[in-house]
Amino acid sequence: MRVAGKGLIDRACPVAFHFDGRAYEGFAGDTLASALLANGVRMVARSFKYHRPRGVMTAGSEEPNALVTLGLGAAQEPNLRATTVELHEGLWARSQNRWPTLGFDLLAANDLLAPFLGAGFYYKTFMWPRAFWERVYEPVIRRAAGLGALSGEAAQDRYERAFAHCDLLVIGGGPAGLMAARAAAEAGADVILAEEDMRLGGRLLAESEEVGGVPAVEWVAEIASELAAMPNVRIMTRMAVTGAYDQGTYGALERLAPDVADRAHAPKGAFWRIVARRTVLAAGALERPVAFAGNDRPGVMMAGAVRAYLNRWGVAPGQSTVVFGNNDSAHRTVADLQKAGVHVAALVDSRHYARCDLDVAFYAGAQVCGTAGRRGLEAVTIATTKGEERIAADCLAVSGGWNPSVHLACHMGARPVWDADRLAFLPPEGAVPGQRAAGAAAGEFSTRACLESGLAEGLRVVAELGLKAPEISVPSAGDAAYDIFPLWQVPGKGRAWLDFQNDVTVKDVQLSARENFRSVEHMKRYTTQGMAPDQGKNSNVNALAVLADATGRGIPETGTTTFRPPYVPVPIAAMGAGAIGKGFAPERLTTSHDESVVRGAPMIEAGLWYRPSYFPRKGESHWRQSCDREVTMVRGCVGVCDVSTLGKIDIQGPDAARFLDFVYTNMFSTLREGRVRYGLMLREDGHVMDDGTCARLGERHYLMTTTTAAAGQVMRHLEFVAQVLRPGWDVRMVSVTEQWAQFAVAGPQARDLLNGLLDAPIDDAGFPFMACGPVRVGGVAGRLFRISFSGEHAYEIAVPARYGAALFRELVARAEAMGGGAYGMEALNVLRIEKGFITHAEIHGRVTAYDIGMQGMMSAKKDFVGKPAASRVGLMDPERERLVGLKPVGAVKELLPGAHLFDESAETVSANDQGYITSACYSPTLGHVIGQAFLRRGPERIGERVRMVDHLRGTETLCEVTGVVQYDADGGRLRG
Amino acid sequence: MRFSGLRVLKEGLTGNTGWQAHWRDAAPKSDYDVVIIGGGGHGLSTAYYLARDHGITNVAVLEKGYLGGGNVGRNTTIVRANYFLPGNSEFYSHSLKLWEGLEEDLNYNVMHSQRGQIVLFHSDGQRDAAARRGNAMRNQGDDAELLSVAELKRMVPYLDYEQARFPIYGGLLQRRAGTARHDAVAWGYARGASDRGVDLIQNCEVTGIDIENGRVRGVQTTRGAIRARKLAVVVAGRSSQVAAMAGMRLPIESHVLQAFVTEGLKPCIDHVISFGMGHFYISQSDKGGLVFGGDLDMYASYAARGNLPLAEHVMEAGMTLMPMIGNARVLRSWGGIMDMSPDGSPVIDHAGIDGLYLNCGWCYGGFKAVPGSGNAMAHLIATDRLHPAATGFRLDRFRTGRGLMDEEGTGAQHNLH
Amino acid sequence: MRLGCPVCGERDRREFYYQGAAVARPEGDAWGLDWDDYLHNRDNPAGVTRDLWQHEQGCGAWLIVTRDTVSHEVLDVALAAEAGA
Repeated sequence: MRVAGKGLIDRACPVAFHFDGRAYEGFAGDTLASALLANGVRMVARSFKYHRPRGVMTAGSEEPNALVTLGLGAAQEPNLRATTVELHEGLWARSQNRWPTLGFDLLAANDLLAPFLGAGFYYKTFMWPRAFWERVYEPVIRRAAGLGALSGEAAQDRYERAFAHCDLLVIGGGPAGLMAARAAAEAGADVILAEEDMRLGGRLLAESEEVGGVPAVEWVAEIASELAAMPNVRIMTRMAVTGAYDQGTYGALERLAPDVADRAHAPKGAFWRIVARRTVLAAGALERPVAFAGNDRPGVMMAGAVRAYLNRWGVAPGQSTVVFGNNDSAHRTVADLQKAGVHVAALVDSRHYARCDLDVAFYAGAQVCGTAGRRGLEAVTIATTKGEERIAADCLAVSGGWNPSVHLACHMGARPVWDADRLAFLPPEGAVPGQRAAGAAAGEFSTRACLESGLAEGLRVVAELGLKAPEISVPSAGDAAYDIFPLWQVPGKGRAWLDFQNDVTVKDVQLSARENFRSVEHMKRYTTQGMAPDQGKNSNVNALAVLADATGRGIPETGTTTFRPPYVPVPIAAMGAGAIGKGFAPERLTTSHDESVVRGAPMIEAGLWYRPSYFPRKGESHWRQSCDREVTMVRGCVGVCDVSTLGKIDIQGPDAARFLDFVYTNMFSTLREGRVRYGLMLREDGHVMDDGTCARLGERHYLMTTTTAAAGQVMRHLEFVAQVLRPGWDVRMVSVTEQWAQFAVAGPQARDLLNGLLDAPIDDAGFPFMACGPVRVGGVAGRLFRISFSGEHAYEIAVPARYGAALFRELVARAEAMGGGAYGMEALNVLRIEKGFITHAEIHGRVTAYDIGMQGMMSAKKDFVGKPAASRVGLMDPERERLVGLKPVGAVKELLPGAHLFDESAETVSANDQGYITSACYSPTLGHVIGQAFLRRGPERIGERVRMVDHLRGTETLCEVTGVVQYDADGGRLRG
Repeated sequence: MRFSGLRVLKEGLTGNTGWQAHWRDAAPKSDYDVVIIGGGGHGLSTAYYLARDHGITNVAVLEKGYLGGGNVGRNTTIVRANYFLPGNSEFYSHSLKLWEGLEEDLNYNVMHSQRGQIVLFHSDGQRDAAARRGNAMRNQGDDAELLSVAELKRMVPYLDYEQARFPIYGGLLQRRAGTARHDAVAWGYARGASDRGVDLIQNCEVTGIDIENGRVRGVQTTRGAIRARKLAVVVAGRSSQVAAMAGMRLPIESHVLQAFVTEGLKPCIDHVISFGMGHFYISQSDKGGLVFGGDLDMYASYAARGNLPLAEHVMEAGMTLMPMIGNARVLRSWGGIMDMSPDGSPVIDHAGIDGLYLNCGWCYGGFKAVPGSGNAMAHLIATDRLHPAATGFRLDRFRTGRGLMDEEGTGAQHNLH
Repeated sequence: MRLGCPVCGERDRREFYYQGAAVARPEGDAWGLDWDDYLHNRDNPAGVTRDLWQHEQGCGAWLIVTRDTVSHEVLDVALAAEAGA
């Protein structure tokens, strides 16, 4: 119910919303949780395992109970905390993990079966009969588990990625964070103030107190406006810092206000990578519950949350409240409630020495030992020195003390430090370079101490940055000492919850200790304590206190589990922003791309590039028709193909020749200027890295081509060799792949085609096979290489990329006029298989020069990368699978890449495996299917028959082993 | 104590007071036949099979922290046998068969779930490679099927078949692949070994290895000296440090591999899906969390935590492949320390010092190997001969170049995997 | 993670390619234990290490990075061409 005159909500601005189909009204400034409480809705969720009724427990992102689903279809978002969902017009929220309704949930029967469903029960059963796990038990468990549901529809990509740099990142906009930010900002530092909440103030928004002689919220507003006016300060609210990473890098999730996010094309939020020279962790502290029987009933809430709902949202969560605690937070709660006119039924303080000057039924040295109520709290049982007493109440405010939010100080693996006075884990000092904690996060629990600590840490940063310290005084504020007496669990019968989300009780932790899961990590993993969406924020400290007790150890010896990012859950869509569809990787397009598309060529991925598969012509309805025509066209006339995607590396310098001698297995220093040579390159492990041609353009100038796939790897390798292995050599290289468009012109009429185009014609004497040189095309300086990947008389002509599109169109038009045309990847592949040329289907990283029959290219006269490793016995073993050609000779005229090879009559088991097919195609030139394969002792077996077996596609056939080159073995056509 | 549904019922009715420790915490004795350094999945399963198959029970497992606290406790729980190179192929096949009988054998439900793994491919070339792999699996006697896009759409309709940067051409399915509850595997082996008399010693860090005249004599630990006739180093993640105590330098570099889990969700992903183009794989745990991961962070590290570039890349891959997971929220990320070997495959071999045995180099694939590795390691320790299913895991393969197992084809030297 | 490139300044880890331990390549082209060691065996320290990175998405310089593998602290970054592997 609303309390008149309280809260920071805008009562002039009502907001209509729905929960589980019912219409409600709240106000601007409400969260879904505060609005539900204001409307008297107490039960909002069911727990994970026992499907117990649950209500709102906290007022922040740590909320363990009030998880809801928002939206429908692609916009459906499960597991949102009602405590952080900003109320906005049209909000439509649903409860989850219940069937059929929140009020009547069939799986609530689990609660009755709880004696059989304790910690780890599933490890001990469901083992018989064996097949039942997948068929029966697991499906039932899976359906019962889980919280909310995804819609199954593609989420809308409504997040962005963002980056920021600053001198100081302040995490948390409470009193400590505000003071730290002010100190650094006034000194001139570049400051980012990140606050998870929708407004600055932190705990001050939830309390009724004064700072600097004015109500705390006024002080916050004043300092916030001062900071906002400073150009060197970025205030980022709704910004949850999620993780601390190396060298001052932080991840942060920003969500936009609902009204902003609802605008057309607006993102919902952004995932930030913030790089900060210094960080002040002022993330505050979270209040922890106490474990007592029935402490999970709707209406049992954190005391600090009760104050937050009262002071910030003007909501009294109950008509009659019992307050229970082991520290002064309880007293403060009573005072605030009474001042607002809300009835307090009792104050139960477990500290036997506690005094109370409030006008309330006060029980010192007493504890709450039980609760009653069906779907919400109706009564509280307390145990006093005189016996048990039952008190009617619909709200129980609990405080077990405060846990500093040490998470971001522990993301680099350091453990928090136990403070026996404050009964809390404090951030380890220096655990994250450049970061230090201030305020409640550092264990300073009074407002005054928070302000002082924030200022002090801010000034330390100022000094470290070498800036001049500004004059800032600490405003007056509450300075009560933090007095707390240990209370983790109230002994007694009945289930006392630790982890509310995963339904882990004190008994579960005790059972785990008895079963020897005594290490805190074992206990966590065995009971699932702390593994729910709140990641133990509410429960871990209590649970390990219970474990410590059960194992006879102290809390510090028991230790904590590991703190891991993210601090709050982050949508995959946020961290993966921009990747949906084509956004995942860049698209590289050749200069002929548009023309190829116009010609109807299907464009296929080749690494990051797109290349045409084939160029269909009228009347062709199957890719094979186009492919066969294109092959025949190249063999009989002339074809044009864009080969620009091959890597091109320009290498220059006095030592360029010996550099290439070192990176290739074969010699390049002996290559004449104006000539091209095929080269083979090994990795240092002796296996083939790449192959390609390399042209000598001048005495100190080479142009290397690489395969499309390996261009980046080869470039990096060359730089490695030049800078690391041979730093004294004078050689430089640069990738010019993007700068040159290059086209293959292949076929018996290739030269005729080119001579119609070149400014000066060429002939065989001036431009023999493997020649290269400068040419001019329509006045444009280009390069011509007489090289061939088709086995035909062929050239590659290169022009600066800006002329590529025009040249391609011209080449194709001329080819077509001669009876030829453009050809694509399919035909290129057939042409090269016919000729026995290899691609990365063959040089797939595991093959040696010996395997592909190129051992002769490994020069004995010089040192080269990979030479020693390639000489290992295992890499020269004749038993290795080595490259051969294949043709089918059985009834089935088919070869399937990926099929394995066996001796004719051998059983098709691994032990008999003789090899596998790497490439295959129908050769229109030869009129049958051909392929390439790696076969044990392959080259020794030419003429033999082997059996191809493909289990996956149910095909097998007999093949004849042939030479790798299946067409024009003497290469006459190349030179023609 | 034998576990069963009846037992759970009986205990439930009597207040769950009868449950006992799953394993004994032993204090170290001065002398053992076999000392196993490392109480992770592989070490515990080694101890178990030494006792079960070879009757060797005077065995201690020394663990510097808590049992199962290494990679067996922080992996993405995938179990499969889809390797294609000789050496790997027969080993993982053997291991998968052990998985299939593991629960009855251990009397411990490790929730081995053969829900099937689908490896997607995105080009003709990748299809050919998948076919080569699948045929090798079939030759090995394991199951494999090639799925068309139409079949995939029926099985996993939520993938983006229309817009994705790398279109889906099909997938390779292994129905017998799946997942298991990782911690339970360690606990089940611990219980089985302990029941057979093996001493499991936690919080016992080895600080030195005693070698005399080329023969292992025992270890120095934070809990005193322990003599051992045979010593097994089964400490993937820390192999280089422990081997250094025996004066060895290993072909290992340690790397961080991150993984992620979302908040619990109702069932939506029924298989293990692998997306090689994005180095991304995902499954859904029985609790409902989407468990997924990607590639190494790619720098040597013992920090057991990673950085944002890789984490973001993994999310990006998920978004391009299956945009329906966009509104699932990552709850936790973590990192394990991977023993990366040059060729990406492991070592189970003599260490070259009498009585010293090595089990290391599991890269990012050690979980599924837990039964097979322990089984093969126990065989090696007990018989001094390589297990027939693990003859490929020799340490000298790098020196000789024989039998390198570079499944990815990225190179049989460091940091290419 | 961030590295300070001596040429370009401090940059995000995404810009860099990681190669591995900075170990000296043996002389000579005959396979032997020195080569086996160079290619395969590593100190792999849990602590300070020297490794090779390339500022691939930046200036292309190969770098020797002195780094702590436990804390990820970067102690020094030098040009490989000057520092030598």
